[in-house]
Amino acid sequence: MTRVIKTKVEIEGRVHEETVVVEEEEPQAWEEGHQFSLVGKGVNRVDGRERVTGAARYTYDVSLPGMLSAAILRSPHAHARIVSIDTSRAAKLPGIRAIVSRENADVDWFKNVAKLFDSTLRFIGDDVAAVAADDLDIAHDALKLIDVEYEVLPAVLTIEEASRPGAPEIHPQGNIILHNGHNGELFTRGSVEKGFKAAEVTVEGTYRTSTQMHNSLETHGSVAMWEGEELTIWESTQYIFGVRERVARALEMPLSKVRVICEYMGGGFGSKGSTFKQPVIAALLARLAKRPVKLMLDRREENTLAGNRGETLQKIKVGATRDGLLTAIDLEAMTGVGIYASWAASVSGPAQELYKCENVRTLTLGVRTNMGSQAAFRAPGYVEGMFALESAIDDLCAKLEMDPLEFRRKNHSDIDQGSGQNYSSKHLLACYDRALELIGMEAESLLPTPGSLGANGPWLRGIGLASQTWGGGGGPPAHALVRINPDGSVEVQCGMQDIGTGTKTALSQIAAEELGVPLESIRFRLGDTQKGPFGPASWGSITTPSVGPAVRMAAADARKQLLEIASYFMETPAPSLQLVDGCITTEGRQQGRKALSEILDEIGDYMITGKGYRGPNPTEPIRTWGAQIAEVEVNVETGQVRVLRIAAAHDVGRVINPKGLASQFYGGILQGMGFGITEERVVDKATGRVLNASLDEYKIPTIADVPVMIVEAIGKADTLANHIGAKGSGEPPIIPTAAAIANAVFNATGVRLKELPMTPRRVLEALAAAGSAHEGAKEA
Amino acid sequence: MNTVNKTIADRAEITLFVNREQYIATVPTRRTLLDLLRDDLHLTGTKKVCDMGHCGACTVLRDGLAVLACLTLAVACDGTEVSTIEGIAAEDGSLSALQQAFIECDGLQCGFCTPGQIMSATALLRDNPHPSAAEIRQGMAGNLCRCGAYQGIIEAVQAASSSGDE
Repeated sequence: MTRVIKTKVEIEGRVHEETVVVEEEEPQAWEEGHQFSLVGKGVNRVDGRERVTGAARYTYDVSLPGMLSAAILRSPHAHARIVSIDTSRAAKLPGIRAIVSRENADVDWFKNVAKLFDSTLRFIGDDVAAVAADDLDIAHDALKLIDVEYEVLPAVLTIEEASRPGAPEIHPQGNIILHNGHNGELFTRGSVEKGFKAAEVTVEGTYRTSTQMHNSLETHGSVAMWEGEELTIWESTQYIFGVRERVARALEMPLSKVRVICEYMGGGFGSKGSTFKQPVIAALLARLAKRPVKLMLDRREENTLAGNRGETLQKIKVGATRDGLLTAIDLEAMTGVGIYASWAASVSGPAQELYKCENVRTLTLGVRTNMGSQAAFRAPGYVEGMFALESAIDDLCAKLEMDPLEFRRKNHSDIDQGSGQNYSSKHLLACYDRALELIGMEAESLLPTPGSLGANGPWLRGIGLASQTWGGGGGPPAHALVRINPDGSVEVQCGMQDIGTGTKTALSQIAAEELGVPLESIRFRLGDTQKGPFGPASWGSITTPSVGPAVRMAAADARKQLLEIASYFMETPAPSLQLVDGCITTEGRQQGRKALSEILDEIGDYMITGKGYRGPNPTEPIRTWGAQIAEVEVNVETGQVRVLRIAAAHDVGRVINPKGLASQFYGGILQGMGFGITEERVVDKATGRVLNASLDEYKIPTIADVPVMIVEAIGKADTLANHIGAKGSGEPPIIPTAAAIANAVFNATGVRLKELPMTPRRVLEALAAAGSAHEGAKEA
Repeated sequence: MNTVNKTIADRAEITLFVNREQYIATVPTRRTLLDLLRDDLHLTGTKKVCDMGHCGACTVLRDGLAVLACLTLAVACDGTEVSTIEGIAAEDGSLSALQQAFIECDGLQCGFCTPGQIMSATALLRDNPHPSAAEIRQGMAGNLCRCGAYQGIIEAVQAASSSGDE
């Protein structure tokens, strides 16, 4: 019977209510200790062969008969108005097939803010016009022949400048994102005034983090093809159904006439969760030219306009009693959202949730500038917020002369302080203990006593700890179908996408496990809105806990139907039949064992279809937890920071594929390390131009930078969270890394780095400032 | 405008072998090897990531040497032999030791850098059949991976090198 239930779903620090349509009963949870044949086994990627042979077809690789190449003319000014635009010279260039601009395309894009091709341009890179041509070189030639007259307007390029009273208004809705009519989002628990009165020790500091650029190796881009009134878009995206909705809305089409495909995807890290303009621009060009159009961003465009993790400025103050109990946390955070993003990253999440503390106040301001818009970047807000919080906590521990692990045990919260409820599961204390074991050191070493871990010439060694909290519980809606073909081969269908995380593999394991067939007989079909039932976006570490239960339920449904059919042919009641390794057996007996295909052969071309959906969440809040310890060397002469080892222990519930999980952990740690020591968008203060928009000038970690990484999942099933017992794991590993490295630098040198990334210049400046402070103290 | 037209009209005929097959093509002289492979020969396994020689994703072998296809003009490949990711498995489809090791060691996530990684590693192992971990880090440092699959890549190159067959 169909029922409608409301349930809470958390995504990236925001909880919302979701309506879920419930039909059949969900399967019983796989309890801790359940005997699995496939789940929990490290298996190779099911599509590994396609990925190592060049056979995997990404959006960038799509080639269609008659396909044109497109390029976009972009604003050279951080803020300007188009006075006039003349495309006539470009139109005459041989090989040019279509041009769109405000002159012939009136499409709403950012509601009440800007059109697809707006007359006001608000950052360097804003879209002016687009051309489609026989090849990309011709398209680029044509861009140079478009004549535009601009009226330059005052631009605001930094969050400090933009948030200052009297700053030029650069956005129709103001320079600061409104929350319930107020500037920014205020959160309070208890009274921080009271908390600081009760404090015997306080620490405060101002922390900054820089803008980090995603640099997915496949840039954002689209291929658009019309067949009559129907539009097919190939898009490099984390959310095929999201692209479908956005494109249909922009072009005022019914959802049924837009199909979005993304079978292989070259990295997103959050930046491809929302839909950028290119699928719509490609569709407009394709309609005009009456030919398919490919529009891929180049690397500079990718780093100018396709999203970033915005810079933050965080003022934090924490207080504790002499015996190390937290009494108050106060955080004021500004985070840059660029020009068009309508949300602020959850920088204050860690301060609100990580520690047991009665008195907490946070104010989060999302500040607009005339720069490219932010997009979610792997644990948006939490990576930045954790750096400030865990740095301040480490300072507090130093002042208290308390080992940081002991402090964390003392201030551990068993319950969710917001709701007063127990979590569905929480193994954070086990993560701390395990991380320390993995790094092989004593807790006392975490206290900053510079030089205590030894020095190698100018290289001082240190270790540092940081914690992780994040959602990752997932929830509805998510749906899946399991189809068993007459030959016994199985197709699992879900309208989601595998962005490289190994989703397809983990979900195939779940389907094979529940059905009782070998992994090889599963073909997982995803990445096409027309082929699968609805699947969610690949963001917020929600995929496995959202889609996994739906896949399992669909497999259970298919197995049930199959055994009922087999019951007839095997003259045995269905409840005493089992499906194991692709064969149907009678419980306890080997005889009468029949291969799946034998039974299906009997009924001819009948196709079994099992249906599954993701049910509601429990009332308990679901969160992931973890801890990382970094070991670093700091060169006090050159300012270089070298990360030697990272130990990571995370509680992400039951592990489906340990091999894929380890890769997620490694990748998260490396992106966190980049954020901590090398990655920083550099902007020309005079013009707003991104100066390091290439992979040469912007420093992501290379293979030569890889530290020793010792990673482990605590691995306990969370059977309250969902019936497969898994939580998400994509974002947790990036969250504590930079904070742990910063604490290790403090441990090594006794100097607190308050700005990321910790480049040689910043390290030397901090060492020099501390040195002169020491000198000053001595003289006084 | 005249100069633009002239550039487009400037074409040359080239003959080259790609993955042991002969191709005769008339290409604009400004066409890169990367665009020739991807757009004209439909060999899209070789990826375009930066198009500026910064990332290694378009690495192919030309006459046995690793080159960046985005920085190599197609006309400069006249009379040469190019091999790409599509050509390194055996004729019967069985994977090279490196390809297999990349799967076994999970030396990839999204897979977009993988063809370039495997071509660089193929060249590395040809020159140095048994590299140390440090030599692998040095030799592969020009191939960026944003997913951070480096740990698996190091293990994969080591595994393929000890298997005896590069």
